[in-house]
Order: sequence, then C-alpha cells, then structure tokens
Amino acid sequence: MLAAAAAACSDASKSADPASPAAAPDAKKVDESTAAKITGKVTFEGTPKPNAVINMASDPACASANQGQVTSESILVDNGALQNVFVYIKDGLGNKYLYDMPTEPVVLDQKGCHYTPHVVGLRATQPLQVVNSDNTLHNVHGMPEKNREFNQGQPVPGMKNTVTFNVPEVLIPFKCDVHSWMHAYVGVVSHPYFAVSDKAGTFELRAIPPGTYEIEAVHEKLGRQTQSVTLGAKDAKDITFTFKPAV
Amino acid sequence: MVWHHRYVKLVTVFTVLLIAAGGMVTSTDSGLSVPDWPTTYGWNMFTFPVSKWVGGIRYEHSHRLIASTVGFLTIIMAGWTWWVERRRWVRRLGVAALGAVILQGLLGGLTVLFFLPPPISIGHAGLAQIFFCLTLTLAVVTSPGWKNATAPVDDAMLRRVALTTTALIYTQILVGATMRHTNAGLAIPDFPYAFGQALPPAWNAKVAIHFAHRVGALIVTLAILATSSHVFYHHRRRRELVRPAFLLLMLVSMQVTLGAFVIWSAMDPVINTAHVVNGALVLGTSLVLSLRSLQGSRVLGFSDSQVLGSQVLGSPVLGSEVRGSRVHGEVRP
Repeated sequence: MLAAAAAACSDASKSADPASPAAAPDAKKVDESTAAKITGKVTFEGTPKPNAVINMASDPACASANQGQVTSESILVDNGALQNVFVYIKDGLGNKYLYDMPTEPVVLDQKGCHYTPHVVGLRATQPLQVVNSDNTLHNVHGMPEKNREFNQGQPVPGMKNTVTFNVPEVLIPFKCDVHSWMHAYVGVVSHPYFAVSDKAGTFELRAIPPGTYEIEAVHEKLGRQTQSVTLGAKDAKDITFTFKPAV
Repeated sequence: MVWHHRYVKLVTVFTVLLIAAGGMVTSTDSGLSVPDWPTTYGWNMFTFPVSKWVGGIRYEHSHRLIASTVGFLTIIMAGWTWWVERRRWVRRLGVAALGAVILQGLLGGLTVLFFLPPPISIGHAGLAQIFFCLTLTLAVVTSPGWKNATAPVDDAMLRRVALTTTALIYTQILVGATMRHTNAGLAIPDFPYAFGQALPPAWNAKVAIHFAHRVGALIVTLAILATSSHVFYHHRRRRELVRPAFLLLMLVSMQVTLGAFVIWSAMDPVINTAHVVNGALVLGTSLVLSLRSLQGSRVLGFSDSQVLGSQVLGSPVLGSEVRGSRVHGEVRP
C-alpha cells in the first residue's frame, strides 16, 4: 500500500520540460589552465531580529529530537557574517561551455525535523534525494514556479524520494506541511558555478572561464543582490555582498 | 417526523463543526499536510493510525473524517427526507444537499491533489456555506413551528431586505474566502486603519481583495441593521422574526470584533477559525429570517399550504384561505 503511494508520488514529481539553453555546437570544456575563481563573503548590516522560537509540541518525535530552545533558521548571522546565501553566476556564460554532469544525487536530509542543509544547490537534471531520517512522518512539498510543483508523503522513517528539476530556478522553496517550521531552499542552475555561504559568510566559485559575469546572491528573506565581475585568465577576485534588514 | 427534524438539526450542527474543522485547516496552513487523497499517506482514511496524527495532519485528517461523517449523515438525511416528506420541494432539497456534499468532497480532494489552487479552494469554501444553508433550510422547513404556522408573515419589503442581506453576507463570505486562499489576510496589517490611513496608500491585488472584505463588512453591517430595524419596527410582536433579527445584530457585532482581532493577532488560527464559523452563523441566521419572511409568500408558502390544505381539508386550497388574510407585516385572523 505504501509502496503504491510512493510510486504515485514519484510520478507526481516529474519535472517540466527542459527550457535551459542547449550548448552551442562548438561548445567546449573550460580550459583549466586559464580558469579563474571568485571568493567572497556575505555580510549583514546591522543587528538582525531574533529568529522565531519553534514550538515542536505538535509532534513529540520532533520535540524529543531537539534539546533546548529551537529557533527558525531564516536569518543566521554570526559576527556580521550571513549564512545560507545562495551565490551563483546568473549571466555571462552563455552556451559556450560544456560541463561534466555529476551523477551522484544531492541529498536533502530531514533530521530532527529540520532540513539539512537549509539551502542547497544542484544542477538542472541532477537528482535531488530527499531523505526522512526522523522517527516521524514528513511530507516533502516543493513549490517551484518554473518546474512542476510536487508534494510527496514520507510516512515511514528512512524513506527516500528522488526528484529532478529540468529548468534552472533560484530559489525553489521546500516545506513540510506537517511541521510548519520546516523550510528549505534549493537553487537549480545549468552550470557548476554556485555556492552557499557558510557560517563565516564565505563562498567560492572555482574554475570559471575568463569573462564578464553577473553574480547574484539570493537570501530566502532578504532578497537578491547582483554585481558584475570581470575575470581575466587565472584571476582570483574577492567580492562582498552586504544585506540589510528587510523593510 | 419529529425525529426526522431532530436528525436534520443534528446534521446541521455537524456541518458547523465541519466548517470549523475546515477553518482550522486553512488557518494552520495544513491543507497539504496529507499529500494524497482519498488515501492518507497510502492508508485507507479510516485506518490511518492515530499515533501518526501529528503536526498539521491532525487538522487535515480530522477534517476529512468529519467530512466523511457528514457525508454519511447526509445520505441518511436525503433518504429519510425522501421517505417521510410529502412536499416535493423539500424532498428535492434533501437530494440537493446530498449532491452538494458529494461535490464538496470532490472539490476537497481536487484542491489537495492540485496543491490548493485558489479557484478550487474558494469553490470549496463557498460550497461549504451552500451546503450549510441547505441543511439549515431543511431544518427550518421540517420544524413543527414552520409546519404548524397559522399566520406566516407576508411582507414584501421584509422579503426583499432579508434576501438582499443574505445574498450580501454570502458574497462577503466569498470575498473572505478569496482573501484567505490568496494569502491576503494580512495584506493590510493594521485595523481600523489601512497602513495608518483611511485608504491604502498603495494598491495591489492582495490589498484590493483585503480592502474589499473590509468594505463588504461595512455594507453587510448596514444591511443587517436595515433588516433588523425593519423587523423591530414592523414585526415587533413576532418572536420568530425578532429573535433572529436580534441574534443577527449580536453575531455581526461579534464578527466585526473577530475580524479586528484576526488582524491584531496576526491571524491567530483559533481567532481566524472563530471568524469563519461566526461568519457561517451570520449567514445562517439571516437565512432563517429570510425563510420566515418567505413562508407567507407564494414562493414557499403556496406549496406548503397546498400540502396543508390537502392534509387538513382534503382538497388543495390557497394558503391565504387556510391562514387568513394578510396585510403588510401583520395577519388578521
């Protein structure tokens, strides 16, 4: 019965038709010998409001899996460094390059009734495996705008569902409607140049071909910022994004 | 027949309970916490383990079970009504209620399977009120008070104002449902002002829907005041009209207050749900008043009196002949 339900859910997760530009006939691999990189930091200006306290009383399994006070992960700031910002090359690559496609799925785990990681990136058509590591049930509700929406039940601990997104889209919100505090954000891009800022707010984009690019940083609550970066051969540029409290 | 009437009243009460359960689903944003339908996480709905009723599932699954119960009760109600009722239009009301509850169940399932598209969810909310009105109408017209009425009011002005008020309340509920299902509940975050002003300084679709609901509240309140005033002025001795008119005033006062607290509490689920349920009660009370205003007219009263005439006198007669002549607002024996 559950297998049938899971199969039904898998059908529901089929993504929309591909819409990203195909590689040009003369597209080539990036020349590693001339490739550049971008490093950077995402900062938060001012003092953020405290994140909301999460009440997990509605599911004892969640409450027992967490010690002490649990708060929302919406805005994580440590010494001015802003975590969980998705940074990627938005424009400038065109369809001149070919990239190896990773075969391993990106894993989005549900553990302690939280999504781990909170923000994750992957390539278009690369599998995203959503795992239920909790001793309770979850529903995995992806709400893309360019890809197809889905809502999959994971009633049994240990269940795994795999979804793919054919169309680049930044960011796709995920939520668990059972546990209203559970949110995750998935960035889907057509190339390998993306990163998520860590606890120190830092990120790195490597092996970028020389050129001029529009770099975008996206935060789930604080919005989007872009800046233009020109990279010469073997350049290493350092950039900073600074977010302010949402009005 | 007495037990039949009591049973219909029971179904009506269950319907209010179902509206409350539905209100909690939307107020807690739990509509998709059970992703499949008509199954529940692959289980048969009725065998889904209680231990798994956690988080939002409690609200959504409870709503489905209460809905199933109401559906079952409605099947019996329609059959029983068909069996015992002599008035053809009342029998048809029972069948209409059954059709409405079946359609309502389908809409509920579809809105889950299609991720709560506003048109289906609003339709689900609107049909819930229609179904409630159908069961309530059945409860009213099968009551001894209705069937034994000897001098129903015949007041064309009352009929017009009461029916208009009921229609306005229903429209207002639809606007409210649109606001709920388009996440416009806090599009204007303050009350009684709008962004600190009488009128919103900036407009978009959500602000417009929200503001329309506020304007609708004002219109409905004025309509209820007009209806109640008419009753108090022209029919102050008729308890069957004065009581719902008075109740209507109390309920609409409560409704405006709850609406304010919905904003002030940033849409607390319990207050939000109370607003939904009280809205249904406002509609129901206005409907009762409308039905009683119609009883003396040819719309309902003529058919009733035909049956009464057949039963009492052995031949069809006009209601006016059975019930005495009518003048505006009062009845002369």
